[in-house]
Amino acid sequence: MSFEQIIFYLFSTILVFAAARVVTVRNPVRAAMFLILAFFTTAALWMMLEAEFLAITLVLVYVGAVMVLFIFVIMMLDIDIAVLREGFARFLPIGIVVAIAMLAMIWTVVGGDHFGLEIFAAPERHGVDYSNTRELGLELYTTYLYAFELAAVILLVAIVAAIALTLRHNPTTKFQSVPEQVAVKRNDRLRVVEMKSEERK
Amino acid sequence: MIALSDYLTVSALLFSISMAGIFINRKNIIILLMCVELMLLAVNINFIAFSHYLGDSAGQVFVFFILTVAAAEAAIGLAILVVLFRNRRTINVADLDSLKG
Repeated sequence: MSFEQIIFYLFSTILVFAAARVVTVRNPVRAAMFLILAFFTTAALWMMLEAEFLAITLVLVYVGAVMVLFIFVIMMLDIDIAVLREGFARFLPIGIVVAIAMLAMIWTVVGGDHFGLEIFAAPERHGVDYSNTRELGLELYTTYLYAFELAAVILLVAIVAAIALTLRHNPTTKFQSVPEQVAVKRNDRLRVVEMKSEERK
Repeated sequence: MIALSDYLTVSALLFSISMAGIFINRKNIIILLMCVELMLLAVNINFIAFSHYLGDSAGQVFVFFILTVAAAEAAIGLAILVVLFRNRRTINVADLDSLKG
């Protein structure tokens, strides 16, 4: 067994183990932690596939942002785990049956008969001067520029939606009313008082 | 040498596990969201494996967009979850029946 294979099977085993723990573990915080482990091992697999930029992006975006958000939300909510766990034992057999059926179906399609090394030979490794980021950037900013802009709009919409959903109006909070500020007239603010000037002594 | 089918099998395993997770954790919305993230991850592994073995970087561009959309989805989903918990004091899927669907 070559070194490459050892690394692949090591990370794949950890990935499958972490995924299995995500769906079976009792505490949601632990599930989030195992999901982080799954993301890290997936990033390692992507490194082996020479997708370095996306591997780093996965760690930065998912572990750094999305999973932190998950853990924040889990810690903010006061959840009764016992209620959420009921039905776990009842649905476990059907879950396993569905998983095995699904795996069997996918495996008949993607198994070694159709995508083995004889049909898809492993490509040559790139040299040291190859930059995955550069290649991805060239594709992204030329061929897929429109889709890239759309992705930016989607992120903006997500920001606005998330803030608008969770924003709470507290009646005791003081804030400026911009329409009233704009609509203000001179007479509202300024009062000209006519009075005689005093004589100088 | 690692074959393309090995990567595809790992991804199939991941997808099946998250599928089973949706079945057995049907009460807990947070775990359901995590299962959806795992499914997207399995799809991304497929995209990158094909991109590597076919020598076409379009697959990696697709993964880039899937990551973007998945991040947006997670943010909005968790925001909805927080609002839901504020109003109903529960995240049990079985209690969320006000639409009578």
